[in-house]
Amino acid sequence: MRNRMVVVEGSFAVAHAVKVSRPHVISAYPITPQTHIVEDLAQFAADGEMNCEYMNVESEFSAISALIGASAAGARTYSSTTSQGLALMHEALFNASGMRLPIIMTVVNRALSAPINIWNDQQDSISQRDTGWIQLYAEDVQESADTIPQLYKIAEDPDILLPAMTCMDGFILSHVYEPVILLEQSLTDEFLPRYSPEIVLDPKNPMSFGAFADPSTYTEFRYKQEKAMAVALNRIEEVANEFNDVYGRYYGGLIDGYLLDDAEIVIMAMGSVIGTIKDAIDELRSEGESIGLLKVRSFRPFPADAIKKAIKNAKVVITLDKNISIGKNEGALCTEVKACLYNTDFRVPVIGFMIGFGGRDIPISMIRNLVTKAKLVEKGIFVESEIVDLREDLA
Amino acid sequence: MSLLKPGHRGCAGCCDALAAKFVLDAIGEDCIVVSPTGCLEVFTTPYPESSWGVPWIHSLFENAAAVASGIEVALKALGKKNNTRIVAIGGDGATLDIGLQAISGAFERGHDLLYICVDNEAYMNTGVQRSGATPLYASTTTSPAGKISSGNPQHKKNMPAIIAAHGSPYVATASVAYAPDMMKKVKKAAQTKGPTYVHVHAPCCTGWRFEGSKTIEVGRLAVETAMWPLYEMENGVITNVKKLRNKKPVEEYLRAQGRFKHLFTAESGVEEIKKIQAIADWNVKNFGLE
Repeated sequence: MRNRMVVVEGSFAVAHAVKVSRPHVISAYPITPQTHIVEDLAQFAADGEMNCEYMNVESEFSAISALIGASAAGARTYSSTTSQGLALMHEALFNASGMRLPIIMTVVNRALSAPINIWNDQQDSISQRDTGWIQLYAEDVQESADTIPQLYKIAEDPDILLPAMTCMDGFILSHVYEPVILLEQSLTDEFLPRYSPEIVLDPKNPMSFGAFADPSTYTEFRYKQEKAMAVALNRIEEVANEFNDVYGRYYGGLIDGYLLDDAEIVIMAMGSVIGTIKDAIDELRSEGESIGLLKVRSFRPFPADAIKKAIKNAKVVITLDKNISIGKNEGALCTEVKACLYNTDFRVPVIGFMIGFGGRDIPISMIRNLVTKAKLVEKGIFVESEIVDLREDLA
Repeated sequence: MSLLKPGHRGCAGCCDALAAKFVLDAIGEDCIVVSPTGCLEVFTTPYPESSWGVPWIHSLFENAAAVASGIEVALKALGKKNNTRIVAIGGDGATLDIGLQAISGAFERGHDLLYICVDNEAYMNTGVQRSGATPLYASTTTSPAGKISSGNPQHKKNMPAIIAAHGSPYVATASVAYAPDMMKKVKKAAQTKGPTYVHVHAPCCTGWRFEGSKTIEVGRLAVETAMWPLYEMENGVITNVKKLRNKKPVEEYLRAQGRFKHLFTAESGVEEIKKIQAIADWNVKNFGLE
C-alpha cells in the first residue's frame, strides 16, 4: 500500500476524488482557502481529463443555484466553498435540501467576518447546521478525499436524497502536503454506481419542483427530511464499511474512537484537531491517565445513540469546539452532547472548551492544559464552558 | 388545451397568467420552465396541484437565471440538450432588482436560454410595493402619493438596454395586450441560439387599480401613448419597431388606472403629467415610433 502513496496538496487530493466520482456539473466561485480545489478541477476540465461541465459563475449564490438546476435536471453535481461564500449560499442550502437534491460540496472551513479572517475555524459550516444538509468532518487529507465518493453514495440513496457537505479544515488540510493514496478510478467505479435519478426535469414526463406549500402540507416536507436523516444515520455506517471493503480504509462511520473503551476522561472533537488530540492522549496515557478520544465524524445527522453508547464509562467529557453560539457561551458540539444525554439516566459532566478560532494554533500542550482543568470536576469543583487560550492584553 | 392548465389561483384578468399561457403556446411542450418567487409561482402551484403541463422548477426569488443556466449545462453534460428550450419567466422585481446579478452572470456566460420578464411594474405578490420597474409618479404601497409626495420618484430602469449591453443576440419588448406580436417574439427568441430576452409589459388590475376586464385595454393604451414602445433588437441594434398611427396623450393611459389618480387631484399634477408626457415623447423620438 505504501508504494501507492504520493505527496500532494490536500486540495489536489480532494479535486482528484471529485474527478474520479464522475460529476456531470461543477460550479464554483473562488474564495480563500477553497481556491486550490476549484483551480485543480478547472485544470482537469481544461485538459479534458473529466467528462464534466465546469461552470464559472459570478457568486457562490449562483454556484449553488446553478447546481440546484443541474441536480433537478438529473446531473451529479459538485461545488466547494468556505466562510463568507457558504454564508452567502445560506438561503439556497435550505432550498436544495427541501427539494431533495443530492448536491455534494466540500466546505473548506474558515472563520467568518467581522473581523475578516481567512484562517481556520468551523463557524461557517456549524452555522449551516439546520439547513438540512448532511455534514461529515474529516480528520486528515486522505479522509477529506475519501469522503467525497462516500457522500455521493449516501446522498444519492433513493431513501435519503439529501445534499451533503464534507468539511475539511482550511489551510491545515487544504494547503498541507501529505502522503495520500489518490482514489483509483477503477475502484471508485466499483464503489460508486452511476447516478440515475427517477424524478428529474424532463419534457417527456413533466413534473413541478419547488411548489408552494401552505400550512396544510408544509410540515410533512420537513418531517420527511428528518426521516431521510434517520436513514442516513444507518447508511453512513454502511457506506463507510463498503468503502473499507473496496479501498481498505476506514475512518469510522458516524463516530470513531481512540483508546476510548476504558477511558474515564473522553475528549470529543471534529476535524483536523483530532490528530493533535491523539498525540496528547498518547502522552497522557503513558503518564497513567485513563483518557480517550471520541471523534465525531457525522455532525448531521447527529449520532446521539452512538455517542451515548461510546461514552458510557466516562467520568468526564470534554468537548472541543472551533465555533461558538454567541450568547450561549458554548460551541455546538458541547450543546448537542449535553442535549443528547439529558433524557437518560446517565450523568456525566460535559465541559465545553472553545478553541482555535480564526486559525489560532492548538498545540498538544493546550490540550493537556484543558484536561488538567477539566479534571477539577473530579474534585467537585464546577468547571464552566469557556473560550480558552485568550490573550490577556486583548481580552 | 393550453400547457398552462386551468384551475390556478390567478386573479380574474391576471396579466401573469396571460403571459405564461402565451409563452407556452408559442414554445410548445419541449421546454423546461424556471420561475423565480412571485405571483405566477404561487398561484400556479398550490401543492399538490400544478398548472404546468411542462417541467417546471421554482427555487428562490433571486436565482432563476442561475438555476436555468445550471439546467442548460446539465442537459448538455447528460447529452440531453437536443432542442429542449430552457425558459425563465420572472416578474419585474425578480428581474430588475433582486435577480439582476444572476441574470448578468447567465447572459455573460452565454447560455442557450430564454429569459422572459413579465413586468407589472411593482411587487404585486407582496402587496404592490415599488420596484426598479415602477414608473415615475406611480403610487404604490411603499411609494405612496401623499401630502408631500407625488408617488414613485424614480424613473423605470431600462432593462432591455442592460441585457443588450451583455451582447444578447435577441432582445425584444412585448405586451400581453398584443398577443400575436408577443408570441411571435417569444418564438423568435426561443429559436435564437444563446441567451435571449423578452420584456413583456403586463398591466396588473389589482396593483394598478383597474377593472379585471380591462387588462388588454390598459395594455394597449400603454403602447398607444408611447409609454411602452414595442421593438426588437438583434445583436444590440434595433431592427424592428411597432409604429404608432394615432399616438394618444399619456393622460388617457394614466386616467385608466388608480395608481396615477393623485396626478389628477393634486395641483402639482399638471406639471407631473407633463414630465410623464416627456418620457413618452422621448420614446417616440428615440425608437422612431412615428
